[in-house]
Amino acid sequence: MGRAMKIARRGFLLGSAALLGGVAFGWYRYATPHANPLEAGLAQGEATLNPYVLITADGVTVIAPRAEMGQGVHTTLAALVAEEMDLDWSQIRVIHGPASKAYYNSAILGEGVPFAPTDDSRLANTVRSAMDIPAKFLGLQITGGSSSIPDAFEKMRLAGAAARAALISAAAARLNLPAAQLSTENGVVIAPDGTRLPYTDLAEAAATIDLPAEPALKPRAEWKLLGRSLPRVDMLAKVTGTQTYAIDLRLPGMRFATIRTNPRLGGPLLFFDASAAEAMPGVDRILPVENGVAVIATNTWTAMQAADAITFDWGPAPYPATSDEITETLRASFTDDRKDSTNRDDGDVDAVLTPDDWQAEYSVPYLAHATMEPMSSAALLKDGRLTVWSGNQLPTQILIEGQALTGLPPEAITVETLPMGGGFGRRAEMDIIRQTIALAQAMEGTPILLTWSREEDMTHDGYRPAALSRVRGKVQDGRLVAFDFATCSSSVVESQVGRLGYSLPGPDSAIVQGAWEQPYRLPNHRVTGYRAPAMLPVGSWRSVGASQNAFFHETAMDELAHLAGVDPVEFRLAHIDHDPSRKVIEAVAEMSGWGSPTPGRAKGIAFCLSFGVPVAEVIELASTPDGLRLTGAWIAADPGIALDPGNIEAQLQGGMIYGLSAAIRGEITLADGMVQQPNFWDFEPMRLRECPPIVVRILENQPHIRGIGEPGTPPAAPALGNAIFALTGQRLRDLPFARSVTFA
Amino acid sequence: MPVTLTVNGRTETLDLPPDMPLLWALRDGMNLTGTKYGCGVAACGACTVHVDGQAVRSCQTPLGDVAGATVTTIEGLGNPAALHAVQTAWVAAQVAQCGYCQSGQIMQAAALLAENPSPTPDEIDEAMSGNLCRCGTYPRIRAAVQDAALRLKEV
Repeated sequence: MGRAMKIARRGFLLGSAALLGGVAFGWYRYATPHANPLEAGLAQGEATLNPYVLITADGVTVIAPRAEMGQGVHTTLAALVAEEMDLDWSQIRVIHGPASKAYYNSAILGEGVPFAPTDDSRLANTVRSAMDIPAKFLGLQITGGSSSIPDAFEKMRLAGAAARAALISAAAARLNLPAAQLSTENGVVIAPDGTRLPYTDLAEAAATIDLPAEPALKPRAEWKLLGRSLPRVDMLAKVTGTQTYAIDLRLPGMRFATIRTNPRLGGPLLFFDASAAEAMPGVDRILPVENGVAVIATNTWTAMQAADAITFDWGPAPYPATSDEITETLRASFTDDRKDSTNRDDGDVDAVLTPDDWQAEYSVPYLAHATMEPMSSAALLKDGRLTVWSGNQLPTQILIEGQALTGLPPEAITVETLPMGGGFGRRAEMDIIRQTIALAQAMEGTPILLTWSREEDMTHDGYRPAALSRVRGKVQDGRLVAFDFATCSSSVVESQVGRLGYSLPGPDSAIVQGAWEQPYRLPNHRVTGYRAPAMLPVGSWRSVGASQNAFFHETAMDELAHLAGVDPVEFRLAHIDHDPSRKVIEAVAEMSGWGSPTPGRAKGIAFCLSFGVPVAEVIELASTPDGLRLTGAWIAADPGIALDPGNIEAQLQGGMIYGLSAAIRGEITLADGMVQQPNFWDFEPMRLRECPPIVVRILENQPHIRGIGEPGTPPAAPALGNAIFALTGQRLRDLPFARSVTFA
Repeated sequence: MPVTLTVNGRTETLDLPPDMPLLWALRDGMNLTGTKYGCGVAACGACTVHVDGQAVRSCQTPLGDVAGATVTTIEGLGNPAALHAVQTAWVAAQVAQCGYCQSGQIMQAAALLAENPSPTPDEIDEAMSGNLCRCGTYPRIRAAVQDAALRLKEV
């Protein structure tokens, strides 16, 4: 792997197809329905060779330029290439590859357009494909937004098909046979007489062949790898403790660092006394950093002990210092001047709704990502070169940060993207990257591994925003005739993109994500987003805005169904006009035995279309002497094309569990400007004994392929809350539920 | 004063402070990084190893307390060329996602099955509930532990 990585990096830097005995094939193009005049201009001076396939003497390596944070993306991306190249899956090797604009993500911005995912109109698709241009221009190599598969589905299959075509051409030339007479199988070109030419022998010759303009892709009926549950490429390493995460990096002469920064996030450090820490054996250096102090030592534990021995005087928080004040700020933000978007405004809700009609207020708290691997990264500045090792969702941004901090040109900076011990959106941040580079500068010539304590990690996040929602509705003759949904939070985009030094003007569709684009069709229907002031730093948390809005929206739908006297499944089906969405609801009802309840138990349903994937979930609850127990769970989801059903099942289950963890106990609160949940005892995710059996069904009725890392999360909380209501009659409008009920 | 113990079958003498947690002695002192730091307060189980056959949280086990003891880490349970039955079951069930907690999960499961070769579903739930997983692999962990119990009986 080390050698392949080296070749891949050099291959990109030289911009050449064949070097060092290795051969890189690639494919590059826009996927736009309309030619764009900017295309030619943008293509000039950018990498037009987009290297996904590397062939060395010892085999084929696929470059999967999206970060593996557990979602299985390296396996599925490699399968896209392997399918078209006819590679042997048991021999496949996969690396993340270098940080490069060539690996820009063309799908990442598509979620932000003001067209619902169900809108397949020419206008909607034109705008979506136009987002490809800023994505390419910015060279955003991003893993996130459940976008890796939609982005890669065509271009990585094309990369594989082009490589195969070149290899066949090389074999045809060598054998003096027409290419049409040759076939491929398990990494070998086969001639009619049975002659077998391994790809590894053909690679150098193939690299000199012009790639075909548009290689043909296999029809789905001929897929051998795609559409099947493949063994993950990282499984063996992960069950043997041999997978190297950033926190595991060990280099000769390495020093181990930890850090303390103001627990009032963004507040200054006024004073510190490190005299006791400096005297501790094994402590090398104590260095001031932005808003805090780093300790560098001979091992991590000594660094952490020394950090504990430093006394600090922290400055005040640049935001309201208590959870109550934050809630009050949110309450006061439902005003015209804080109105951010009204992406849906059908009919006239104000004319239909009166103050006597049903209304409710809902709330959710801040949430930490709490990845199992605390933030960690390593860096070495030596001989005019900077190397950064990190599990990060934005590798090209690390190049930018490295240039800004060191003044080095990009070609003197190397980013090694390592597997992450969980991401969930947390590792799209640059906080630890900047700190690590600063320490490497201070300790030039020495590799530094920076490991945050769990406490530092939990109290210094870009949190899922706290949010409030106000909903009004009117039912008539069993139907929802008016629905006025307002939701308010700080802007994730403003906060997160701002931390990177950018600004994106205009409304933040994440504030209303999971609400405005839902496929409910109602005669009077409005969705309004209110942008609360920036307070605690907020960021992308698995499923982003849908994580709160699905709770608000689907709890309200359940309340309105009961108000209408209509079964919650029937009520949803009566108002949803999107066929794939209706089918997931019908499927989950059938799977869960919705119509035939078990005595002593009750079920709740919720639905959310997020990242283009309609997902319906049912949770079943029982009352026990120890409290409420989750006895069953069912998920039906439609990603369009199921490339790896086993992995999709795992992502949907994991997404639901992530959502249930938040729904049951997840809560970040503030006192004196500081987060009050420093470790897992205070922010305790779901444990195995609490987890119900989860049955998954994957449907394929959608026209487009979609990503599955996030859509499983949003329906979990409302499905649980609706089940609590069905079992107990208690309607819970505020998360987490454990504030109000006991769980077994 | 150096501490001597047996780690994965090898006698090791470590010149590290006796109050240093075993976790950091393994990771930074011996470069055995398969054992993970997750919380430092025995809340997550990512640092689980075996000390004289018992599953312990190495983040809360001072090095001085395991002088003379036999320690097994994930690297000593099996390796990619010769998996332990629990690891084989983990591969068969395709359990891991990010994988960071899985060393601890596997060590916990191996200790459970060594002590109780035929655990009931409730006993599995109880034994495995000290080990957090944020990716949500719990359904597959349950299946893999049951499968591992069968595999261990076939050996």
